Amino acid sequence: MADDLELPAELAPPMANGEVLFEAPWQGRAFGMARALAEAEVFSWDDFRRHLIRVIGEWDREAERLNASGGEYEYYQHFLEALEGVLAEVGLLDDQDLAARVAAFRMRPHGHDH
Amino acid sequence: MGELSETALRAEALESLLVEKGLLSESEIDQTIEFYNERVGPMNGARMVARAWVDPSFRQRLLADSTAAVAEFEFVGGEVQKLVVVENTDTVHNMVVCTLCSCYPWAVLGLPPKWYKDPAYRSRSVREPRAVLTEFGVELPAGREVRVWDSSAEVRYMVLPQRPAGTEGKSESELAELVSRDSMIGVAVL
Repeated sequence: MADDLELPAELAPPMANGEVLFEAPWQGRAFGMARALAEAEVFSWDDFRRHLIRVIGEWDREAERLNASGGEYEYYQHFLEALEGVLAEVGLLDDQDLAARVAAFRMRPHGHDH
Repeated sequence: MGELSETALRAEALESLLVEKGLLSESEIDQTIEFYNERVGPMNGARMVARAWVDPSFRQRLLADSTAAVAEFEFVGGEVQKLVVVENTDTVHNMVVCTLCSCYPWAVLGLPPKWYKDPAYRSRSVREPRAVLTEFGVELPAGREVRVWDSSAEVRYMVLPQRPAGTEGKSESELAELVSRDSMIGVAVL
């Protein structure tokens, strides 16, 4: 496994304590957005956490119902969903606006995603 | 499109909307990420542990009022506004989890590792802590009690590991280098 990490320094993902802080850039963006918004007091971190607990709880209950092993768990998917939830709660995000933006981005030619 | 790249697209779309609304800028997001990469991490907790090992009065303060004790260091990163440090002894081994999400004392330990946030650790550390410890390579002497602490919005926990034998004469900074992140979560002994 160590050989997989032998990337030139400028390409290597951010390492903390020998581990990757974020597995993909979008996860860092999601975390950065949530923290920056909380620091700007758009919402409190406790408000965000309440949504995170709700989203994760829904996943846990569904996994238990399906007797699933938990292998499909993607923390930052739930994190992003929680962020959308708290933003909607404070009236700063409209589902339709987000859906429209996602659709528009999906239509972009290749080379835009990162 | 794979599920995760769909989420990446969603994150990108959300960011573009928020920036457009003037709620935050791309560089603020960049700076936040950089902050957690560069300035927040378990070396902070390790320094506190080392000080507790060499300074009995600090150790006492740390265990009596961990929030006040950590404030002495002025670590940045947050999530230690209510911190409780629990000490490992010859009779008690402590483990920390957040069963409901991912609560973790960022200012002293950095951001949590992936396994800490996984459903398996969140539920099994409470249900079968010794089995989880064995998987982490920790075999405790028979008869040692295992206590599992559930971090939450109200309080974050951190473990004060036992000082390893044969370290008498090491300086505080040398001792800090011995303290692993995992020992401060309670899934490793030093």
